[in-house]
Amino acid sequence: MEKVVFERTKGLTDIPMRYCPGCGHGVVHRLVAECFMELGVQEKTIGIGPVGCSVFADEYFNVDMIQGAHGRGPAIATGIKRCLPDRLVFSYQGDGDLASIGAAEMLHSAMRSENITIIFINNAIYGMTGGQMAPTTLLGMKSTTSPSGRTVAANGYPIRVCELLSAMEGPIYLERVSVDKPAAVVKAKKAIKRAFEYQLEGRGFTLVEILSQCPTDWHMTPLQAIEKIRKDLIPYYPLGIYREPQDDKRAKPKKVAVEKES
Amino acid sequence: MAERTLMKGNEAVAEGAVRAGCRFFAGYPITPQNEIPEYMSWRLPEEGGTFIQAESEVAAINMLFGASSVGTRVMTSSSSPGISLKQEGISYCATAELPIFYTNVVRGGPGLGNIAPSQGDYFQATRGGGHGDYRVIVFAPKTVEEMANFPRICYELAFKYRIPTMVLADGILGQMMEPVTFDFDPIDPSVFKTPDWALRGSKPEERRVIKSYDLRPGKMEQWNFRLEKKYDEIREKEPRYEAVNIDDADIILTGYGTAARVCESVMALGRKDGLKIGYVRPITLWPFPKSIFKELGEKVEKFFVVEMSLGQYIEDVKLSLNGKSEIYLHKRPAGGIPTGEEVLELTRKILSGDKLKLVA
Repeated sequence: MEKVVFERTKGLTDIPMRYCPGCGHGVVHRLVAECFMELGVQEKTIGIGPVGCSVFADEYFNVDMIQGAHGRGPAIATGIKRCLPDRLVFSYQGDGDLASIGAAEMLHSAMRSENITIIFINNAIYGMTGGQMAPTTLLGMKSTTSPSGRTVAANGYPIRVCELLSAMEGPIYLERVSVDKPAAVVKAKKAIKRAFEYQLEGRGFTLVEILSQCPTDWHMTPLQAIEKIRKDLIPYYPLGIYREPQDDKRAKPKKVAVEKES
Repeated sequence: MAERTLMKGNEAVAEGAVRAGCRFFAGYPITPQNEIPEYMSWRLPEEGGTFIQAESEVAAINMLFGASSVGTRVMTSSSSPGISLKQEGISYCATAELPIFYTNVVRGGPGLGNIAPSQGDYFQATRGGGHGDYRVIVFAPKTVEEMANFPRICYELAFKYRIPTMVLADGILGQMMEPVTFDFDPIDPSVFKTPDWALRGSKPEERRVIKSYDLRPGKMEQWNFRLEKKYDEIREKEPRYEAVNIDDADIILTGYGTAARVCESVMALGRKDGLKIGYVRPITLWPFPKSIFKELGEKVEKFFVVEMSLGQYIEDVKLSLNGKSEIYLHKRPAGGIPTGEEVLELTRKILSGDKLKLVA
C-alpha cells in the first residue's frame, strides 16, 4: 500500500524553479510557502519579490505578489501593510538587496516596527550579477570585485544583520538559521512560521536570516558549499535567536549570547 | 454650497488630494513644499488614512508603490532634488501601471540650487523623468485654487488609464495664499470598487502579480508598445489648455503656471495700450495641447514664450508650431521671476520688429 510522505506544497506554483543545483533558494521558497499554507492564510498573503537571483519569486509563490525595486522591499511592504493590516506581508530579500542598497529601508522599517516579515537570504555573494562582493562577503573571500579576497582595508567588515538589528527597540523577532542539513531545514521552517505567527498577532517587525549556499558563485560543488556554510559562515554568523517576545512561552528567558569571531 | 477659504498652495493641493480620496501619503521634508507633509500628518488620520514620514524620498516613493498596488489613492510630494530621487520609483510605477499622484513644488536647480521658485524641471516632468520609455500626466496649475482642484482630475485620470499623474507647481504657487473654492464635494474612497488588478490576497487561481520586468525575449518590447497605445489615447483625448484673445492677436504670449500669470497680466496691460496680444497656456504639459498651437500657427506670426527656465517649455511650442511662426523667448531660471514690466517691454519690441530675441 502506498503512503504519501511528502508533497510539493500548493503554496508554490507549478513553474519549475530556475535556481542553480545546490542553491538554498528553492528550499527556502518551499519553507515559506509551507508556512503560509499551514497557517491557513494563503488567500490573505501578499509577497514582495526582490532584485537578484530570486527576482522570479513572483512566479513561484502561489499568492498575490509584487516585484519592486532593488532594496525597497521593506518600504513596499510598509505601504501594503498599512493599507491592508490584516494581510500576511512578507518581503523576500538577498544580502545585497537588504543589507547594501536597501540598508536604510531595512533599518527604518525595523525602527518603526512595521508589522511585516523579512525573509533574508544571506549567501555572502551577489548571485545573479555574477559573483560580486556582497556586504556579507567574508574577509578573505574572493569575488569578482574582490579578486584577491575581501580585505578590511579595501572593503571593510561583513555586516551582521541580526546583531545590527538587535541593537534596536523595534524588532520583535530576529533569528538566524541555515539550510545545510535536514535538521537545520526543520529549524529554519520553525523560525519562519514563528515570524509569520507574530505578524498575524500584530506584534511588529520580524526577520529571519537564512544562511544559504551558492555553489555557482562560490565556485564549489554543492557539497563543498555546504561544508563552507559550516566551516566559514556559521562561525562569523552564529545561528540562533537574537530577539523574541518574552511573553511567548517558546521564548528562552535569557538572551542568546553572540559569539565573538575567534 | 462650496465655501470660499483662503489657503496656501501647498495646503490646497494636500486638502484637494484628501477630498479626492487620498488615504496614504509618504514623504520626506524639503523646502518649499513642507506644508504638504505637515498638513497630511494630521489631516489623513482624521479620515482614517495613513501618513508616513519616510526615511528618504526613495523609501517614500516605494511605500507608494506598495500602497498603490492594493488600490489605495496615494500621494507623495517633494521639490526638485527630492523628485529626482523618486524618479526610479516613478518609472517602476509607470511600468507596473500604478495610479500614483505626486506634486513637485519646483525650486531652483540644478544641484542643490536654492529654494526659490523655478520651472527648471519641465523636461524631467514631461519626458518621463526616470529611465525607460514612459510618460506621466502633468498638470500645471497657475492659481492656488487650481492646486486645490487638480488632484481630483489627476486621480480620475490616474485610475482611468492606470498611469502616474502629477501636479507641477513652483515655490510661488506652493507658498502663496489665495482664495479657494473646491469645485467638487469630498469623495469617500470606500465608494470605489477595488480595481481588478489590485493586490488583495486571493485564491491561487485568481492570483495577481504586479511587476515592472519581463526578461523573456520580445516581451518587454510588447509591453512598451502596449504602454504607447495608452499614451497615444491620452495624447488624443486629454490635452487641456486655456486660450484668451486669440482671434485678433498679432502676438501670442505663452507660458505655464506662474509664468502664465505674468503673460496674462501683460496681455491685459498691453490690450489697454492697443497692443493685440493673445495668450495661451497649457494646463496639461503632458499631453501637450499641440493642436491649439498648430491652429494658431496658421494665422499668428509671432509667439513669445515666457518661462522660468533656460528654454525647456519652448521646445514643445516649437515642435507644435513646426516652423510656422517666429518664436521669441524670455527666460529667468532658478529664482528669476519675469516681471510684467519687462515682458511688456519685450513684447513691444517684438511687435515693432526687433529680432534680437528671436529663437526660431
